[in-house]
Amino acid sequence: MAKDLLYYLIFPGLIFISVAGGLLSGFDRKITAWLQFRKGPPLIQPFYDFLKLLLVKETIIPARGSVLTFLAAPVFAFAGALISGLLILLPGFGFKPGFSGDVIVVFYMLTIPSLTYIIGALAAGNPLASVGASREMKLIISYELTFLLIIAAVILKAGNTIRISDIIQAQVEQGAFIGSISGLLLFIAAVFCIQAKLGLVPFDMAEAETEINHGAFIEYSGTAYALIKLAKYIMFFILPAFICVILLGGISLNGIQVLWTILKIMGVVLLITLIRNTNPRVKIDQAMRFFFIWMNLLVIIAIVLILFGL
Amino acid sequence: MSFKNYCFKKSLWLFHFGGASCNNCDIEILDCLTPRYDLERFGMVLVGSIRHADVLLVNGSINKRDKPRLLELYNQAPKPILVVAIGACGCTGGIFAQGNTFAGPVDKIIPVDAYVPGCPPKPEAIIAGIMHLLNKK
Repeated sequence: MAKDLLYYLIFPGLIFISVAGGLLSGFDRKITAWLQFRKGPPLIQPFYDFLKLLLVKETIIPARGSVLTFLAAPVFAFAGALISGLLILLPGFGFKPGFSGDVIVVFYMLTIPSLTYIIGALAAGNPLASVGASREMKLIISYELTFLLIIAAVILKAGNTIRISDIIQAQVEQGAFIGSISGLLLFIAAVFCIQAKLGLVPFDMAEAETEINHGAFIEYSGTAYALIKLAKYIMFFILPAFICVILLGGISLNGIQVLWTILKIMGVVLLITLIRNTNPRVKIDQAMRFFFIWMNLLVIIAIVLILFGL
Repeated sequence: MSFKNYCFKKSLWLFHFGGASCNNCDIEILDCLTPRYDLERFGMVLVGSIRHADVLLVNGSINKRDKPRLLELYNQAPKPILVVAIGACGCTGGIFAQGNTFAGPVDKIIPVDAYVPGCPPKPEAIIAGIMHLLNKK
């Protein structure tokens, strides 16, 4: 029991996930700065932002908003992100075997932050927040099908198992899935999916700073915004970790494997940072077309290739 | 310096309010955020919503139409908030101080923490003003 609490709260639970997510967000900001020939903020800047919002700033509740929903949404976003992180990392690091079907649960849990952003934005009573929420909703509709198809393809490739530890085991036996053509196609689609899930630049229309002033988050301040930031940091760590688990051969803590794990996750983060810095924001209809037609097509081709054993 | 204060000063988010400005100060503020001067070194980023802001940058002369908007922004901002008046117009009113529509320099309307004079102030001057703000408390 005490061991379980240790898992949930310290490693690989709350504290580890938060610190890793904050460091990866700082890494992302540093890389962005270097790409723009700037010096950039220190690596631990996300922690300063979070602590400032949590400890110093006042939380303002909008006059026309629904108070309970507005304040509960960030808590649920944070909880959803943390639970999905635990469900990925506990079997990923091999602390617990997981249960049959946990990859499906992870899929649902990963949707919860985006859903709660929508609910919180609609409870804020701000027209720009509503615009952001409606865009986020359309974005979820577009990328979730692709994401589900990717997971289905991975399940098919791993020999019809819906357990994360079995998917990792299958990759240990037959090599990482990215080594095959179908795995490569799945990886490309998955990178674009997590780009949309994280709300990074080609798909950041829900919180477009220059257009609708942070959209869904426009009314959040103080502690509530700190929780949203924390949920975003956590997502920044666990989505690349999830990609590593299902496509890049898993994550591990044994000896030199730790280094490989860190390099894999940092490589995925570097890739999404590069995509984010070299692309303009697309319109919501372009994003929907991109996912509905091209990404779905890519994943379906991958599924057909898997059926042929490639 | 307490821990809270340290975190606050390490992560100041800027919100930019341009009054009846000639746009010169606006451009100089944007210059500070470009790669050459790069205020993000100090953790400062420009945010679009006053709810996220820690520093309210005010430039341009404040006329009778701007005054209620500036007051509203100040009241809507989560406290603590620092106010910086940028440019001659923001500090004193500049050449508009005697004008019909002029509604007083910024410090007559809301409390101001730092002044950056100049018409327009150079980015170096704005950075110096911000460092003054950081070393103040």
